Amino acid sequence: MELTRPITVSKSKIDEIIDEDSRLTKLIYHYLLSATAWLIFGSFVGLFLGLKFIYPDWGNTAWLSFGRLRPIHTNVVFWGWTSLSMIGLALYVVPRTSQNRLYNLLLSRQALYVINLSVLLGVISLFLGINNGGQEYREFTWPVMLLFALGIGANLLNLYKTVAARKTREIYLSNWYILAAFIWTMVVVVIAYLPFYQNSLGETIIQGYYMHMGVGMWFTPLVLGLTYYFLPKLLNKPIYSYSLGVLAFWTQMVFYSLIGAHHFVFAPIPWWLQTVAIVFSFGMFVTLFAGTANFLLTMKGSFRTIAKSYSLPYILVGVIFYFLASGQGSLEALRSLNKIWHFTNFTVAHSHLTMYGFVVFLIWGGIYALMPRLTGNEPSHILVGIHFWFALIGLLIYGFALMIGGTLQGQSWIDGLPFINSVELMAPYWLWRAVGGTLMFIAHLVFAFNIFKMQPASNKDFVLETAEESV
Amino acid sequence: MKLNFHENHKLLFNVVFWGFVFLSIIIAIAPAYNLNEIEPTPGLKPMTPEEFKGLGVYVSEGCLYCHTQQVRPLESDLIFGRPSAPGDYAYLKPLDDLRMTPAVLGSERTGPDLSNIGNRQPSKSWHYIHLYNPRAVVKSSIMQAYPWLFEIKDSVGENDVVISLPPDTAPKEGKVIATEDAENLVAYLLYLKQAPIKGLNNSELFSSADKNSSGTMGQNLYNSSCASCHQQNGEGIPSIFPPLKNSAVVDSDNAEEHIRIVLFGSKGKVIDGVEYTSEMPAQAENFSDEEIAAIINYERTNWGNNGSEVTAEDVKMIRAERK
Ligand code: HEM
Ligand code: HEM
Repeated sequence: MELTRPITVSKSKIDEIIDEDSRLTKLIYHYLLSATAWLIFGSFVGLFLGLKFIYPDWGNTAWLSFGRLRPIHTNVVFWGWTSLSMIGLALYVVPRTSQNRLYNLLLSRQALYVINLSVLLGVISLFLGINNGGQEYREFTWPVMLLFALGIGANLLNLYKTVAARKTREIYLSNWYILAAFIWTMVVVVIAYLPFYQNSLGETIIQGYYMHMGVGMWFTPLVLGLTYYFLPKLLNKPIYSYSLGVLAFWTQMVFYSLIGAHHFVFAPIPWWLQTVAIVFSFGMFVTLFAGTANFLLTMKGSFRTIAKSYSLPYILVGVIFYFLASGQGSLEALRSLNKIWHFTNFTVAHSHLTMYGFVVFLIWGGIYALMPRLTGNEPSHILVGIHFWFALIGLLIYGFALMIGGTLQGQSWIDGLPFINSVELMAPYWLWRAVGGTLMFIAHLVFAFNIFKMQPASNKDFVLETAEESV
Repeated sequence: MKLNFHENHKLLFNVVFWGFVFLSIIIAIAPAYNLNEIEPTPGLKPMTPEEFKGLGVYVSEGCLYCHTQQVRPLESDLIFGRPSAPGDYAYLKPLDDLRMTPAVLGSERTGPDLSNIGNRQPSKSWHYIHLYNPRAVVKSSIMQAYPWLFEIKDSVGENDVVISLPPDTAPKEGKVIATEDAENLVAYLLYLKQAPIKGLNNSELFSSADKNSSGTMGQNLYNSSCASCHQQNGEGIPSIFPPLKNSAVVDSDNAEEHIRIVLFGSKGKVIDGVEYTSEMPAQAENFSDEEIAAIINYERTNWGNNGSEVTAEDVKMIRAERK
């Protein structure tokens, strides 16, 4: 399997096959499979949306219109792709680190159906123009979101019971993050959907809180928790500092909770709320430094292993983006910079650099680390590499185009030029975004193929056989 | 059980849960509760049922993903109106039992802010054309077109709102009629007028905006308030909005008619053999005499026009004609 040096570094094969309960393997696989289907659909919609900035008359029908497709894109990639794939990985990590079986397999399988149903119904209603008041990422109406919450709640119960009956004395750090993410998200969803304080600007306050807690108390801690397992596991050494991880955990909870209002800097909401949000956005650097340093110091000295592995490079990229893109967020919260970047495409760049560069790359790292070990079926190393480079280069093009374009947009407004000037000047940057988006979408197709290749064999003996071959 | 986060899951997750609930109450629920009911800005009217339905269309079609309704207290925002005040949002409430309060403030400004669009662009005909195909009135617009808010009919009923479109946009056959959704949506857009607040009214802010921007006051006001119909190049839209370039009224020695049309509006005029059915909205309420004079002078001395200039005094005299 040696390939010529210049193009690719040959990657080592997986070192072990885990003899897991094949029913759990199937369940995890089904989570990942559903998630992947949503990724393909959601990012295809994203690509189409991006093209509409260049060809605004494409799809002049209600169902294909920008206003209906945009929430479909965001909600599908949030609740369909990212959430389901992370839950799938958590269903492995939590029992494993608790040295226990998953409390109830059936419960999580039913939760999978319920979440899929909820995203499906949500998409249909968004196509029909029925959304929850256009509140970003809260566009699913309450009956749809209730289903989603049931799915999350069932998984929370299942994972909690698993941890409660653990065979280890200590609760491993991963499980702090993972379970906390489920708990916080349940709280956030309930607060976001209760109507009693959400007339007039009450809605705005909750919207800021919700938008930020969605990314900060769900995706971020969940994916960090997974990484606290996968990274040390893949490097075959303990995490650099356990207590740094604990510090990051508590600051995450306290600082992140307080910064939702930074989505509404200069809006007519109380000034103190904005100031608290800005101050703690800066406080987030503590969490960021603690988290990133911990991961990087764990990797220190193992860069050869990383270069040889096909999953670790994803984790390395994810960690770097975690630091850079979240740090970028802290800067965006400053009044002096918010003035330039708020309302511009710079924010869209930030959304993708964080959600994609950080969260999605870490998920891919986890999937490529886990699935071959569970099923014994490895994807082609070259295809994993193509997936990696297309996604990374695509994202960089996407991000830089919109960061530059967004800054020019903001400058055009400050210069007092006619508004349309800021639309016209974006044309080349939107074109580049479409180029980057196309690469990303191709990467997703390759990933889907790889997922297909990693499927569990229906016959268990066969799995063990391949295992021996590959050791 | 030991009081140790590492070993006691009940303790750990209770702290995680209650700690977060506590923080959420302080940072979200309590401030939201405080802003749940706000005194409306004096002079702000509640929405009529049609306007409220229009807001529903605005939400369903996702207009708020590209348009903000939030003028920040920053110079760069003043072309859109005065800074938004909490009372401007006092009448927002859930659309129905299924859907919650619309998030009209928005988070991205791909298109212009709409807080004050009813004042900035009061022409219904313009809004209908723009919704049917934005590029018919704003060439480089990338806004979504909404043809499904219109019907094409061969015969026109009594109550039908017929849209007049520029020749290259109109369908080959039949008349374009606004659906009820389109009518409500336009009613909502025209409802979006900022109620004046003392010390924050448009004309003071416009002149302060002017200090920092590149053009003159006349040019800035023209671009923000007139150019959407008459276009930045003064050439208008064929058979819908008349050109100002080389116009007999604008490029003339006597400015009285020009001042009158800007102040009091005009409708159904025949210019160079073309009848313009869309209405020119009166601007008397929107601008001071100085501002109107500045706009008019900009129009009279640009695009090759060489008309006589006017003063705020001239505007004042003609304004007095209809008091
Ligand atoms: C092929 C890949 C993708 C493309 C081409 C794409 C494109 C787009 C476009 C065109 C928008 C609308 C921007 C606007 O309204 O100005 C958008 C919004 C968004 N997308 Fe994507 N997207 C892709 C993948 C993803 C993925 C995988 C995620 C998350 C996991 C994601 C998260 C978001 C978010 C959060 C927003 C809202 C941005 C904001 O409000 O600031 N996208 N995307
Ligand atoms: C230290 C951490 C972070 C800080 C201080 C921060 C700050 C910000 C700020 C200030 C904005 C609003 C920008 C504007 O509207 O002008 C924003 C938007 C956003 N951030 Fe972050 N960010 C952080 C980390 C993250 C992470 C980790 C994610 C994803 C997992 C994320 C996802 C987003 C998204 C999706 C938006 C767009 C929301 C919208 O539609 O307006 N951020 N962030």
